[in-house]
Amino acid sequence: MSWRKTGFILLLSVLSILFLYPLLWLISASVKPNEEIFTSIGLIPSEIIWGAYERGWEGVGRTSFSRFFGNTFLLVVPVVVFTMASSLVVAYGFARFKFPLKKLFFALMISTLMLPDAVIMIPRYILFRNFGWLNTYLPFYVPALFAVNAFFIFLIVQFLRGIPRDLDEAAVIDGCNSFSTLVRVLLPLSVPALISVCIFQFIWTWNEFFNALIYINSVSKYTVALGLRMVLDNEGAVNWNQVMAMSVVTIVPCILVFFLAQRYFVEGISTTGLKG
Amino acid sequence: MQTPSAAIAPEETRPDSTPRKRRAKGQRIGLLYISPWLIGFVVLTLVPFVASLVYSFTDYSMVREQRFIGWANYIEMFTKDPVFYQSLRVTLLYVVMAVPAKLIIALLVAMLLNRQMRGMGIYRTIYYLPSILGGSVAVSVLWRFLFMREGLVNEFLAKLSLPPLNWLGDPDLALFTITLLPVWEFGSSMVLFLAGLKQVPRELYEASTVDGAGKVRTFFSITLPLLTPIILFNLIMQTINAFQQFTAAFVITNGGPMKATYLYGVMLYDNAFQFFRMGYASAQSWVLFLIILAFTFVLFKTSNRWAHYEDGGDGR
Repeated sequence: MSWRKTGFILLLSVLSILFLYPLLWLISASVKPNEEIFTSIGLIPSEIIWGAYERGWEGVGRTSFSRFFGNTFLLVVPVVVFTMASSLVVAYGFARFKFPLKKLFFALMISTLMLPDAVIMIPRYILFRNFGWLNTYLPFYVPALFAVNAFFIFLIVQFLRGIPRDLDEAAVIDGCNSFSTLVRVLLPLSVPALISVCIFQFIWTWNEFFNALIYINSVSKYTVALGLRMVLDNEGAVNWNQVMAMSVVTIVPCILVFFLAQRYFVEGISTTGLKG
Repeated sequence: MQTPSAAIAPEETRPDSTPRKRRAKGQRIGLLYISPWLIGFVVLTLVPFVASLVYSFTDYSMVREQRFIGWANYIEMFTKDPVFYQSLRVTLLYVVMAVPAKLIIALLVAMLLNRQMRGMGIYRTIYYLPSILGGSVAVSVLWRFLFMREGLVNEFLAKLSLPPLNWLGDPDLALFTITLLPVWEFGSSMVLFLAGLKQVPRELYEASTVDGAGKVRTFFSITLPLLTPIILFNLIMQTINAFQQFTAAFVITNGGPMKATYLYGVMLYDNAFQFFRMGYASAQSWVLFLIILAFTFVLFKTSNRWAHYEDGGDGR
């Protein structure tokens, strides 16, 4: 190995540590005694204490993080499933059929990617309030069911365009109608794209804060993001390690998903050329 | 909005491999497949989009009855509301600092990673990691602990015998501290740049070396021009996102101190969901929309001059 190469790897490693240091420090601080958190910048605690996790998990008042986690899964899992199903069906329509106004619809769909959410959030909120959906998860489920996030449609459209149409046509000759062509032929082939949709939507919904803040107002329905903010407001000035411990707990699922499926992230971003 | 987006993702027109005229009628079923999106688009996007414009001319407080008040919201915003100007000022500063810094770091790191070597995937994963945590509350919590008065960063400064800074409490510094957060999350732009760099034909680099161009010269006359479409795309998407930043400013500083980090998103939230001035907030959301539209438009228009397209400029 040449000096040049060694130097290069050294540079990359130093950068990695620099970028990861805040996260590593967060994890290590969460098991440090409270007094030690800001007096030592090192990552190795003098002793490992799990107390912050135990006390932090109890949450605030009578609602614990078990509840927040349960709620978050109750929110995230249907959103992810609905998004995958609706986006696949819509993408199939755009990728495989010619129909009147298709170009206009496609352009409109893509343009919603650039439409700032800020400009539609108030009427959407009023609409959902009039439906009586405040303090339920319907404001999250229903947009997913109607494929409102164009990023996912576009991701699957791009993927379907890469699958040869001969396969569809063979299926039609074998007697499949258009829907069974989708389910039997294209669905199995689209699994990589669907995994991308699944993990992006999982992580985005898991971290969703603004909409949770405006739509959910009783603590018993809080997601982890709202729960964490509440803990920060209540304990942030004193019990730092508890807040840090709960921060770690809320990001662990995202980091796990990321490491298990990181290939699909990169593919998802590069095939669409979008992040959303 | 249609023209610019069509340039980003032109509808692919591919000649059909087999004659399928007889199935033209069957093609209409495509409308059925896209109908969930179409319904969702009309009910959850298009109608709210128009409705917020209508609301912006009303006094809509959710307690009193809604009534039309003409341009009053806009007049109040531009003539009687110093908070609006403060918010606009810090938001513009935030966008102008955060977006270029993020893209420059993303590009530099992408160039470092763009070579054939074992283990590159690991580094790419590590650099990408912060950006998946995106707008999460946990990361904002982390930022607060890093930069609070007795926080980690000041502890570092003390180790170097430097005086501590009041990162979040000093109005002149707080916005900068908030800006560092999106810069740290440069991963997705980096991945796009990396994909772009891999597309640059090797021959161009070889030719450039043969011609005796140095590394810097090669970067500015080959790499950078070929990446301009991706730079344009990143600039636009990141600008749109940055204008709407909410979580970090809300959780870390709650807009303070002295409204130094009172980003537009926080102002909208306060007006709509704290003060329940839905009409006024709608007017402000339309002003934001028009600002974003103007930025996007200028970027697209000027990009004819600086963005380079292999196919001569008819989209990507």
